[in-house]
Amino acid sequence: MARQAARPLSPHLQIYRWYLTMATSIAHRITGVALVLGLLLLTWWLTALARGPDSFAIVRAVTDNILGGLVLFGFTFAIFYHLVNGIRHLVWDAGVGLDKETAEQASYLVIGVAGGLTILTWLLVLIFG
Amino acid sequence: MVEFALPKNSRVQSGKTWPAKPGAKRPKKFQIYRYDPDSGSNPRIDTYEIDLADCGPMVLDALIKIKSEVDSTLTFRRSCREGVCGSCAMNMGGHNGLACIKAIEDVPGEAVTIYPLPHMDVIKDLVTDFEPFWAQYESISPWLQTRSPVPEKEYRQSPEERARLDGLWECILCACCSTSCPSYWWNGDRYLGPAVLLQSYRWIVDSRDEATGERLDELEDPFKLYRCHTIMNCTNTCPKGLNPAKAIAEIKKKIVERNL
Repeated sequence: MARQAARPLSPHLQIYRWYLTMATSIAHRITGVALVLGLLLLTWWLTALARGPDSFAIVRAVTDNILGGLVLFGFTFAIFYHLVNGIRHLVWDAGVGLDKETAEQASYLVIGVAGGLTILTWLLVLIFG
Repeated sequence: MVEFALPKNSRVQSGKTWPAKPGAKRPKKFQIYRYDPDSGSNPRIDTYEIDLADCGPMVLDALIKIKSEVDSTLTFRRSCREGVCGSCAMNMGGHNGLACIKAIEDVPGEAVTIYPLPHMDVIKDLVTDFEPFWAQYESISPWLQTRSPVPEKEYRQSPEERARLDGLWECILCACCSTSCPSYWWNGDRYLGPAVLLQSYRWIVDSRDEATGERLDELEDPFKLYRCHTIMNCTNTCPKGLNPAKAIAEIKKKIVERNL
């Protein structure tokens, strides 16, 4: 039988068992992209605000429901996650916290702090907003 | 380039099963990636049932047992069987490691899954093509470079200077770390990867080496060094317990420091 022209590529993402640091790393990239998209929403919100009550009413109609709330909640988490994990990257750039155990624990810390700040923000919004 | 799916000729199919011998006391399934370059067909997963009661403790013991007793066509690299040569680097239970020092019972999952090192060209079964990896290693000039006249006796080094090489000289270039790195998967043609960068750092911090500046010049490149995004798979997977992520961070720091 004929030999294949090219050698096969061994499986990679399909078979690799995830480390927590691997997940927090890709989450940094994903929240970064989410922030860019969220910024478009924010721009829309601001321009509608400048254009007057009619335009702003459309924005309110779109965002003042459960789906809109979920998107805003996700956007808030993306901000805090990207911020907190960004600080971790600064610490890493100083050569600190790069051993296995610390990196794993810091991953939990980043997720916890980002989640906590998100919930705190929304509690404040719900109480005072 | 990022490509999540495997190319058409690389998609894995299901293969044959060799059931345990009758009377096996502790049968255990080994699901192993097979590729025969002469068959013209895609890679497949073969399943071998092995009696652990009649097998050594390490994954390599099981592989050798399969090759000598069940299926002599199974192909893999191995040599020292004590974690110093780096030949039997492969992916077991989803993580890279050396089969000779990986205990079968430490591999998670119902069956022991064994794949070649990830995102490499497969020559046959668990044997992958290391040529690009060696070429990258050669590109960092992994030898002592000096300018000053050769001393009459040996190059001298204080105990402190020597201690800086600890955690670096132990690297056996098994490529477990580089092939665990998603950044290396997507940009392995231009990013040097954790193993080669750790080796490079080994010469950068060597007090006897006098080419530090040139070495840093070589690495100061958006791809060669800065595709490292601190994903930390390298450090998590290193079978020798070394820390390539830290070595890479130290190289980045040295480049910043000399530009201050």
